[in-house]
Amino acid sequence: MEDAGSIAAFWVLAVITVGSALMVAAARNLIHAVVALIVSFLGVAGLYVTLSADFLAVTQVLIYAGAVSVLILFAIVLTPTAARDNADSFLRLPALLLAVVVAFTIGLAALETDWRIADRGGFEETASAIGEALLDKYVLPFEIASVLLLAAMIGAIVLVRPESASVEE
Amino acid sequence: MRLLAEWYDFRDLGNTIGALLDRIRDWGAPDWVPYVASGVIGAVAILLWTVLSVLAFIWIERRVVALMQNRIGPNRVGPNGLLQPVADALKLLLKEAITTRDADRILFWAAPVLIFIPTMVIFAVIPFGRGMVLADLNVGVLFLIAIGSTNTLAVFLAGWSSNNKYALLGAMRTVAMLISYEIIQVLALLGVVLFAGSMRLGDIVDWQRDMDVWLLFIQPLALLAYIISGAVEINRSPMDISEAESEIVAGYHTEYGGIKFGFFYQAEYLAGFGIAAIITSLYLGGWTAWGLEEWVPGWLIFLGKLYLVFFLYIWSRGTLPRLRIDQLMAFAWKYLLPLSLLNVVVAGGEVLVWREADVPSEVALPVIGAINAVLAVALVVGWASTLGHLRRERRPARAILTQEVGAILYEKAAPGPLRRGSGQA
Repeated sequence: MEDAGSIAAFWVLAVITVGSALMVAAARNLIHAVVALIVSFLGVAGLYVTLSADFLAVTQVLIYAGAVSVLILFAIVLTPTAARDNADSFLRLPALLLAVVVAFTIGLAALETDWRIADRGGFEETASAIGEALLDKYVLPFEIASVLLLAAMIGAIVLVRPESASVEE
Repeated sequence: MRLLAEWYDFRDLGNTIGALLDRIRDWGAPDWVPYVASGVIGAVAILLWTVLSVLAFIWIERRVVALMQNRIGPNRVGPNGLLQPVADALKLLLKEAITTRDADRILFWAAPVLIFIPTMVIFAVIPFGRGMVLADLNVGVLFLIAIGSTNTLAVFLAGWSSNNKYALLGAMRTVAMLISYEIIQVLALLGVVLFAGSMRLGDIVDWQRDMDVWLLFIQPLALLAYIISGAVEINRSPMDISEAESEIVAGYHTEYGGIKFGFFYQAEYLAGFGIAAIITSLYLGGWTAWGLEEWVPGWLIFLGKLYLVFFLYIWSRGTLPRLRIDQLMAFAWKYLLPLSLLNVVVAGGEVLVWREADVPSEVALPVIGAINAVLAVALVVGWASTLGHLRRERRPARAILTQEVGAILYEKAAPGPLRRGSGQA
């Protein structure tokens, strides 16, 4: 983060990320809000690139922009009785207050904390480093996460199974 | 004549550009100048190549499919109809770009652009020749998958913003299809990455050159799975369900006309070239051809392979009928997914044994290739017969005619007296 290119890239990406995040809250149409959310995800991926976390950036695009967004779109389209717009709410003012307080707290924490800076340089290739960490040091959390996902998948299958099929067996 | 690897050897474009960039560096220009210059040169070259290839292949595809269907095909504009694609492109440009009244205006305009960008970006990580890659990312393979997955979104937005039930239906079908086959794509590419030990596309091509073997021979099952899921991603028959004309008009781009439709059309072609380029790089040795690259420029070899793979898709479009959506989904989840999973497990085991036992690659690779080839055939046939697809359907030699019974009846279902003793029961 020292040359002019990185700084310019950071500000452009930051404006895109934060601006589209604001759009998510402000857009009246839910689908527009989702599109803004995706732009925000892509902005975050760009920020990862400027931090030379290439694996993380590509994964962000794959998981959030490619998969999660489609999940949200399906959820919106498949719930016909729900309203398709960002409805008015009497909680608008309290929500705004809460958001300001949270933003203030996080901002303060980020600015006031004495961040430790690693003296080691960046990774040459983050993909292999992450792979080794996941399958070596953090193998137990990794496995637990996969079991959790399996449980969620089986749960989804059980939920959508027709009643008659279970009666027959 | 052998390629000289000198700047004045214009047959090898990569060297010439590389020498030019070095020259700029020698002049003492700041670092960003050669960086930007290589980016601009690469991007313009890729753009030009894709546009020309698309124009050429529109004509080739129409003529070839016409030949397959015993027609003549376009033969009026220019000699042999060669200028037909140009005329089509001009027509699309000049037509009014209609936006329907109840469409979501912003997203309706955004969707064609959004679908075009990822299909172009794919070519950035493809190595066209030695040193001819725009951005040799070390997570190249993952990048291809990630970029391919954003297509889904553009398709959905196109269908949704049109405010047309056929468009929305087509979009939903496409999204469901793309998501299902994305998993198979990932698993197919995983086998390649396991063997090459890198996600950088250049490294994978180099691995195939160093080992003197194409991954086609080591991962035949993965290649098959990738070709099929590729056909889904580029909407080609037998997987062109998202725009099945006889069912839902034209799918997600029903309401699009003029140049907006042109964008979808071009993006579909580009995605086809993209899939062909990925197959060429990952499974067919990319720009290498067992020493031929010393004599012929690598990019020519690469393009030759790419066009051959693309021709395969044209061929399948001219020959195979369309599947039903439920058949396609069942094929993905019940057939291809277990096979691909098994393939990844087997590949991982093979690589592990190879590394641990320290077998020289001249011995290990042929053995692994033979095992995988046998396994591929056994799995494809065995799993199909387990699912009951190999049972030969019993069809009579002659259908009983409509006039006799009022409906077409096959012999098995026909009542006794009407069975006229034709063929076996």
